[in-house]
Amino acid sequence: MNTLQLCLILSGLVFGIGLAAALARSSAILVLLGVELMLNAANLNFIAFWRFGPAPEAGTGVLFVLFAIAVAASEAAVGLALVIALYRHQKSIRLQEATRLRG
Amino acid sequence: MNATLVLLGVFIVATAGTALSLQNIVRSVLLLVLSWFGIAAFYLWAGAEFAAFAQALVYGGAVSMVVLFAVLLTRRGHQDATVAPPPPGRLLAALLAGGAVAGIIAATVIRTPFASVSDEVPVLPVRRLGALLMGPHAAALLVTGALLTAALLGAVVIAAGAKDDKEGSP
Repeated sequence: MNTLQLCLILSGLVFGIGLAAALARSSAILVLLGVELMLNAANLNFIAFWRFGPAPEAGTGVLFVLFAIAVAASEAAVGLALVIALYRHQKSIRLQEATRLRG
Repeated sequence: MNATLVLLGVFIVATAGTALSLQNIVRSVLLLVLSWFGIAAFYLWAGAEFAAFAQALVYGGAVSMVVLFAVLLTRRGHQDATVAPPPPGRLLAALLAGGAVAGIIAATVIRTPFASVSDEVPVLPVRRLGALLMGPHAAALLVTGALLTAALLGAVVIAAGAKDDKEGSP
């Protein structure tokens, strides 16, 4: 097994942890954190392929990661604003209780 | 080289796994920040210094603070930052799904014949990165800036909300 495969397996493990958390937890904040972890796993893949790829001087992997981090930051901001709005309406952030579109 | 990667991997997986299995959300967030710093260390190991600093600043600095604020604003009591554990059936199903995805990825990666990789760490100076961002990727940078602005304004509008919408509803 070479180093690239090790990186990809690490990324797969991080993705699996994020997926399990997003599916299992009922708190909206923890689900969002699971999604963030999955995004981070994708970024790990980009960096690994850039590091061991044929043309690292093009910098495509790093640039993709920078854009992905920016999009993930805006996703976290909007997601947590939604959590606060949900709490204001339902007095709870359990996703099982968020069954109405308009509280 | 590989020992560093294995150590980093164990650190990242252990902190992320522990973080997302705890009942106390504040502890979860703090442990997950450690995991994000571990991922930044992975970027440093791979030679992507700029991405590592962006990861540390955005995730370790900004996202963690936003999440902690959300936790503090949505607590029920002064001391209550805990959530109930998931029911065993859902926990088992989620662990099976996550484990299956990770297992399929690992099995596919192990079976795929990759070309031999070089141990030489690539160098991508910030000057070159800046030239790429301002040259061929300038449109993407502008779109990302517009997206960030729109998302942050939208987040403020959603979080501020209408004060009297509760009284207006029956």
